[in-house]
Amino acid sequence: MRARIGEYTARATESIRSEPGVRESVTGATLAFDRKRRNAYADIDSDHWRHWAEAVKNHTLTHLDDYLTQAEERLEANGAHVHWAADAAEARDIVTTIADDGLVATAVKGKSMLTEEIDLNPALEAAGIEVLETDLGEYILQLLDEPPSHILGPAIHKSLQQVRDLFADRLGSAPDGDPDTLAQAARRVLRDAFIHAEMGITGGNFLVAETGTVALIENEGNIRLTTSLPRVHVALVGIEKLLPRMTDLAGFLQLTARAATGQPIGCFVSLIQGPASQPGDDGPEEVHVILVDNGRTDVLAHPHAWEALRCLRCGACLNACPVYRQTGGHAYGYVYSGPIGSVLDPGLLGLHEAMPLPFASSLCGACFDACPVRIPIPELLLEWRREAQEQGLTPWKERAALAGLASVATRPGLYRLAGRIGARLGGTGAARALPMLGEWARDRALPRPSRRTFRELWREGIE
Amino acid sequence: MNVALFVTCLADHYFADAAADAVRLLRHLGCTVTFPEAQTCCGQPAYNAGRNAEALRMARHTIDVFDAADAVIVPSGSCATMVKKFYPRLMEEATALSERTWELGEFVVRRLGVTALGDGLAGRRVAIHQGCHALRELRLESEPAVLLEGVGAEVVPWEADDECCGFGGLFSVKMSAVSAAMADRKLDTLPPVDWVVSGDGGCVLHLDGRSRARRLGIEFVHLATALWRGVSQDNGMTDRNLANATDRSAATPTDHSAGASAARDR
Repeated sequence: MRARIGEYTARATESIRSEPGVRESVTGATLAFDRKRRNAYADIDSDHWRHWAEAVKNHTLTHLDDYLTQAEERLEANGAHVHWAADAAEARDIVTTIADDGLVATAVKGKSMLTEEIDLNPALEAAGIEVLETDLGEYILQLLDEPPSHILGPAIHKSLQQVRDLFADRLGSAPDGDPDTLAQAARRVLRDAFIHAEMGITGGNFLVAETGTVALIENEGNIRLTTSLPRVHVALVGIEKLLPRMTDLAGFLQLTARAATGQPIGCFVSLIQGPASQPGDDGPEEVHVILVDNGRTDVLAHPHAWEALRCLRCGACLNACPVYRQTGGHAYGYVYSGPIGSVLDPGLLGLHEAMPLPFASSLCGACFDACPVRIPIPELLLEWRREAQEQGLTPWKERAALAGLASVATRPGLYRLAGRIGARLGGTGAARALPMLGEWARDRALPRPSRRTFRELWREGIE
Repeated sequence: MNVALFVTCLADHYFADAAADAVRLLRHLGCTVTFPEAQTCCGQPAYNAGRNAEALRMARHTIDVFDAADAVIVPSGSCATMVKKFYPRLMEEATALSERTWELGEFVVRRLGVTALGDGLAGRRVAIHQGCHALRELRLESEPAVLLEGVGAEVVPWEADDECCGFGGLFSVKMSAVSAAMADRKLDTLPPVDWVVSGDGGCVLHLDGRSRARRLGIEFVHLATALWRGVSQDNGMTDRNLANATDRSAATPTDHSAGASAARDR
């Protein structure tokens, strides 16, 4: 997906002012997700499990070469094909080549952020392959030709009425259908596609090294069908998705579901190790696992940002984030939005490409409390801000203002004088001419300074 | 007990009366309050912007200013967090000051062990805006409510009480529309109350600014002022009783009622 992050502030502002329905839908959905997540955490010793998950992920990331090699050996022993993709273009080429070799005309897809990241669908369509998204939210967005706005609930920015209108128009369903009726309308289209598709494409939540197992969590059953009905299954897995052992997977399946949706475990968990072992068995004839780097080794080498590679793509930080809630994901301009996007995107794309996302946060810390693998998102945002300052990527007026503050604040006499002037000026219209207060006053009344500073009150004596 | 007030630049200029109320409250609780006049800004604006060199200069200045103080009391969860949590990330030597620094409510409940201060706010319905730093960095989850109930106020549940108001310092001017929308989420869910009380002036400047721009007529009161009004309008307690309750060693946050109710009942 081509990143268009630079206009974040303008897009967010526009969205808040002209699309109140998006804010309403996103706020409602994320608050509900976040409430479920909190309840699900409260049912377990979540601090213990989050520390455990952090430690397992850290161990895996620091031994990634070993575990990747082990996973490749196991997968091949299981009869799966393993491919390595250094970047998005290589990943796309591998998939289209597999499709070409297998005479694939139609592919069905499970929800995968990685396939959005590498822009897979347009490449397949350009190769003459029909692609159908089978996750209900992704299917809605495919009909609308929109990117997902949330890692987990790609269409959470849509209202029920918008989906009704869309399905009435495109699928001929009742214009006042309830959610079940709408799901049935989509199911009729999707069932047919599952039966006829030659290829199923998925991501992978985890890849277990000791057994060569791709684990997929879902609630709709579409991934189960995508991985079992078509003749060829292709799983695209980011190289950071490794876990050492099956026993680790047992913990992560539960923690991911609790963080993502507040469930004790996903409704469907598919464990894919390879193709059907003999003709007549259930399952695909060919299984391909594509291990995708696409910037991840650069992130791993970064002194701070590597911690973001623990990410499980559960979306808990988006649900907890009051900044994300005002706009949803589209304003961010890239597939990974919200708090995790603001720390991951600078690593994957380069800081310059990801500006101003490290600044799109009030540093409230709700994301860290929600994160199942304890990614210190507020601290990472600060690290990216520091790098942005060092690279001169912030407005010079802002840098000058902060340098000025430091000069004044280390000279008490000057500080007192500036404070008195500011206090006299602050309540008047003249304050709007000051760079910061002008921005402030667009959306808020000007602050009212105290008539006398505390310092003055202190000198007069406080009774 | 000798304490130094770190008034913070915002309270010095925008909440001077609340800072004075903090002094009155601390004196009422038996503390001798000093005000080192060379104090300025804690440096958080620079720290949050990623300007560590400037933040470090301001941290060094603040550490020097409060070198002699036994305890430093800050009427702001955010600025207290800067000193307690972020200074040590900037420089190791900051730990000594960090350990002696308290947010006002934190000091009263956890250090002095006082929670029942009077009943001057009896009949007042208040909602609490939890500042993010006080809540998620200092983990002062129950302290504001315990203190306000301790002066007789009725703390009204607010579904968005622990959500960020959208201030975030520079964030509020860099991404003003997002910041204002965050304030609206808070303001639009506020139940009917007499006051919104917060221990953080920054949040209040922002929420009050948004509320006045929308002419919502909401009254915001700093925690220090709310508590002092609760104390000073109370007739059922003498200064002598309260003095007995001070300077006990740190109470745990869950064991906050013993000393104070004893002082009250005596």
